[in-house]
Amino acid sequence: MSAFNQSRKNVVAFVIVLMFIVIIAQLARLQLFSSDLRLQADAQGTFRKVIYPDRGIVYDRHKKSILQNTIIYDLMVTPNKLKGVDTFALCKILGIDTAQFNKKVVEVIIKNGRTRTSVFEALLSDDKQAMLNESMYLFTPGFYLQERSVRSYPYDAAANVLGYTAEVDTNFLKKHKDEGYVSGDYAGFTGIERSYEKVLMGERGIEYWKRDNKNRLTEKLEKGKYDTIPIAGNNLHTSLDIELQELGEKLMQNKLGSIVAIDPKTGGIIAMVSAPTYQPKYLTGSERRKHFSELFLNPAKPLLNRTVSATYSPGSTFKTLQALIGLHEGVITPQTSVSCAGAFYGCGSGRPMRCLDYGTFDLRGAITLSDNTYFATVMQRVINNPKYPNIDSSLAAWDRYMYAFGLGHKLGVDVPSEVRGFIPTPAYFNNPKIYGPGKWNYCNFRSVSIGQGEVVTTPIQVANEMAYIANKGWYITPHVVDSIEGGDKYEVLKQYKIKNRPIDIPDSIFEVVHDGMQGVLDRGTGANARVKGINICGKTGTVENYYRGIKQENHSFFCAFAPRENPKIAIMCVVENSGRFGGTYAAPIVGLMIEKYLNDSITDKARLEKIESLSKLSLIPKRIYSEVRRQDSIIHSKDSAYLIAKGFIKIIKDTTGIEDGEDEDAITKLIKEKQEKEKKDNKKKEDPLRPEAVLPGKQKQIVQDSITKIDN
Amino acid sequence: MYQKNSSIVKGSDKLIIALYAMLIFVGLVCIISVEYKSTDDFIQTLFGFKKNYSKQFYFFIVCSVIGSFILLTDSKFFTATANLSYLLGIILIIATFVVGKEIKGSKSWIPLGFMNLQPVELCKIFTALALSKFLSLLDTDFSKPKSQMIAAGISFAPAVLSILQGETGLALVYFSFLIPMYREGLPPGYLISGILMAVLLVVSLLFHTKTLLIVFTVLAALIIWVNRKQIKRNKSILLVIIGAWLFCAGFVGLAVPFVFNKVFKKYQADRIFSMVGVDNPFTDNKTGTLSPEEEKQKKKKDEQQNYNVKQSKIAIGSGGFAGKGFLKGTQTQGDFVPEQHTDFIFTSVGENFGFWGTTLLMLLYLSLLLRILFIAERQRSTFSRVYAYSVAGILFFHVAVNVCVTIGLAPVIGITLPLLSYGGSSLITFTILIFILIKLDADRQMVLR
Repeated sequence: MSAFNQSRKNVVAFVIVLMFIVIIAQLARLQLFSSDLRLQADAQGTFRKVIYPDRGIVYDRHKKSILQNTIIYDLMVTPNKLKGVDTFALCKILGIDTAQFNKKVVEVIIKNGRTRTSVFEALLSDDKQAMLNESMYLFTPGFYLQERSVRSYPYDAAANVLGYTAEVDTNFLKKHKDEGYVSGDYAGFTGIERSYEKVLMGERGIEYWKRDNKNRLTEKLEKGKYDTIPIAGNNLHTSLDIELQELGEKLMQNKLGSIVAIDPKTGGIIAMVSAPTYQPKYLTGSERRKHFSELFLNPAKPLLNRTVSATYSPGSTFKTLQALIGLHEGVITPQTSVSCAGAFYGCGSGRPMRCLDYGTFDLRGAITLSDNTYFATVMQRVINNPKYPNIDSSLAAWDRYMYAFGLGHKLGVDVPSEVRGFIPTPAYFNNPKIYGPGKWNYCNFRSVSIGQGEVVTTPIQVANEMAYIANKGWYITPHVVDSIEGGDKYEVLKQYKIKNRPIDIPDSIFEVVHDGMQGVLDRGTGANARVKGINICGKTGTVENYYRGIKQENHSFFCAFAPRENPKIAIMCVVENSGRFGGTYAAPIVGLMIEKYLNDSITDKARLEKIESLSKLSLIPKRIYSEVRRQDSIIHSKDSAYLIAKGFIKIIKDTTGIEDGEDEDAITKLIKEKQEKEKKDNKKKEDPLRPEAVLPGKQKQIVQDSITKIDN
Repeated sequence: MYQKNSSIVKGSDKLIIALYAMLIFVGLVCIISVEYKSTDDFIQTLFGFKKNYSKQFYFFIVCSVIGSFILLTDSKFFTATANLSYLLGIILIIATFVVGKEIKGSKSWIPLGFMNLQPVELCKIFTALALSKFLSLLDTDFSKPKSQMIAAGISFAPAVLSILQGETGLALVYFSFLIPMYREGLPPGYLISGILMAVLLVVSLLFHTKTLLIVFTVLAALIIWVNRKQIKRNKSILLVIIGAWLFCAGFVGLAVPFVFNKVFKKYQADRIFSMVGVDNPFTDNKTGTLSPEEEKQKKKKDEQQNYNVKQSKIAIGSGGFAGKGFLKGTQTQGDFVPEQHTDFIFTSVGENFGFWGTTLLMLLYLSLLLRILFIAERQRSTFSRVYAYSVAGILFFHVAVNVCVTIGLAPVIGITLPLLSYGGSSLITFTILIFILIKLDADRQMVLR
């Protein structure tokens, strides 16, 4: 029988071998030809962990650290280890009830799963952290504290210059696609945190970890063979004088406005005060989001860096530049005199520009006493200069000076969100929507001659203009950062080493202007800025302005440089809607700033009292208070979440308000407003010769101030 | 002592013992690669009886003792007690209904304290012995249907009981007894018609009934037309063709719908259809409709099985040609493959040692199987030969099905990879199976049965 079926052993063996061949073929397919399986395995089995380097430290000009890092703690939770945790004690420390606790745990589980650790409460406050640390044994193993490096500010000043860091959002990720940011990263959003992000950030390290089926990291892949070590960010040395900055912020308390101080020799920014400001530490730590929405909603706009983002008519401070142009164009000499019989009648008698001081002035006197008629005449001579064939070319020539002085374009300051201001050009007036070709003459824009009307500038531009005059014809683009420790790898500082000298104006011309500006303090409108023992050259400005068509209190301007013989500081100050004159509020602030900077300290008792009284003085316009009241009534004392829910705030992302938007073209803006104005004109049938400057609502800047007539 | 040892080994097939030891060693290495963490003290955990590889190590020691005992036993003992042990096995399985413990959804385990015993697993040995005993009886004529029925009865009785306990995977193993039966003269017609029926079944699941009926009719007409001359000479051919057509049509049109609508429960039908990858068209089957709760559980189980196979393929595929190296497999270390130390142990070979590793392992198994076939053919007694074929069949079925599951060639059936998978029951069973074979082979000269 056995012999009979012997051949069947071959069949059995054949079937077995065939099956094994099939198996080995499938193994070859999986293991040799399916690379996607390998990718899937890497995706789920390994984890690329980014190690963040410490951000760079920022120092002021005296090597004091003004922005550094500190350790703050996050409370982490692992939901599946919560058994045995003393929930009650924990809730007590965190100040929440059990229902909130449970809700939070559920949220965490939904977001991250049961087995992975997630942040239960981020950036704990110091006292919470201390209390938790003490009784941590009650909460283990479900909870633990994880340290994290955050920014800290030893001086509680310069918030707008330094800026803040925040978690990147989707917008940011879209814009910076190829720079390796991932969601959850922090990046600088404003100030030099932003402009020097690359330098401060350092280089991130990467660790490769093994990951298990519950998404937990178990151990390093190949014991760290493929890891790269993080490199700390580079430290920055700035030209800021933190003590001067603090003094500036103190002086500008209870006011809206700016102070910008520049070292004219280097272009380094010594102080950059934007008022109101905020405590920089407000935007770190656990309450960050709450504080941000508070600041964001505040009608006084503390998050706005007015020094670079707000524009004002420069007012009489502009006259110094008119003097330079007039002398260099040869239409006047220092001895040229013009009399003012109460107003400028060069354009007829309708609505003349008034001047306060009756009499006859030469150039020095006109600067010292800020005579409107004189500079209206100077500019008239420049514009109507027969050496130019037509008004287009003469205005273009005037514009070239303005651009050379740093106006009408972005300077390229290393603080973000700079705007360019506006200088009227022939193209602008030739726009048929404004006047149209051939339909305009000097009288249409004569108020520009005294820094009103179409011309608008930023505080940094005005301060830079002072540096230009102080240097007698050149400036270095203002900047905050002087040097980068470890070298300027990205060549960001290159542009701040170049002297800009676009037009050669002889020193003698500057001497005349300096004379006039020194006179402003010695016997003119700026006597309040005097400092004993220092020759200061300055110029006041008082700018009338309108908000939504309603005339507001004047802005007070003062700009100066000192000492005259060897300028070490060029400074400007604007106090918005302060009322009265430029010499009243801005001048003493500038005086104190100069004294502090040049003498290193203020010891005189009277001067110290002056600081106190100025800082207590509140000049915040009433409309801000009424706006606050209006908001309060909307809010019903509820938080910003309520506002969002009600649609009052469409987007309150951390960044949108501050990120550079597309600069709306100043020309189109003006066109719009001009059209509105024309409509009104037709209704009112007003005198067509009425100067443009006094019309309300003509310009609408970020700070909603505008136009005018003059002053001093 | 030395003499005694030498007498154990004398006449035993050393190649099989070597292959056996190598496979156990590979198994231990694999379980270590699954469970060992870099922070563990290797020696301590190996002897600690906490980790599975430690337990497997002790199971191996137990197995060597059992193996030695078997080699010391007179081979007549196995023939003499074959029927008795089969009876014992059946009683154990039945006892499971009473004292059984439920593990992973099948109530087929008897808890023994230090380990859980699965009688169905053990009963494979007894069935192999009983089948060998029956086929080697002098008055058995295996060409007679009556004998074939009895042999089938012996082979499949434990399987039926096993299915009743919810343990289908092991029940399927009993199909492997068809291999020794085939070797002993089971007409191939049974197997071939069985395979044809399976093909017909799969076809009827894959295609619509009406389509199939039309196809069958056209095919029948074609065959009749082609063979019209022969049919004129011999009418019975026509009858055969029409008979076959009727059978196929009846099978597809009546039997399959009847079975799926009335015999199977809905979820069983669903599962069969999901194996061939189509939706169950027999929607009017309301029998055994699951409650939403059960439905949910069933769905969860299905998802779990899909996940298992996917992870298993990822782990094996990520090994590439050379593998990631011992203890370097990210998938194995990260516990991505469920049941990796038992039914999916093959994945750790695939990931850690790559294609060459898996191929080498398959060649080890193939050598073992072919060696057993070789041994089977050199036996003088029918008992030994049938037994050897049974062992080869069981081993082959286990290896083929288990590996096919892990590489996605078969639906998930929970059976172990012989000698590699963690588990005392499985390891001891295969040890006994193989060592009885070795003993019988060692004594092949002495006894004529």
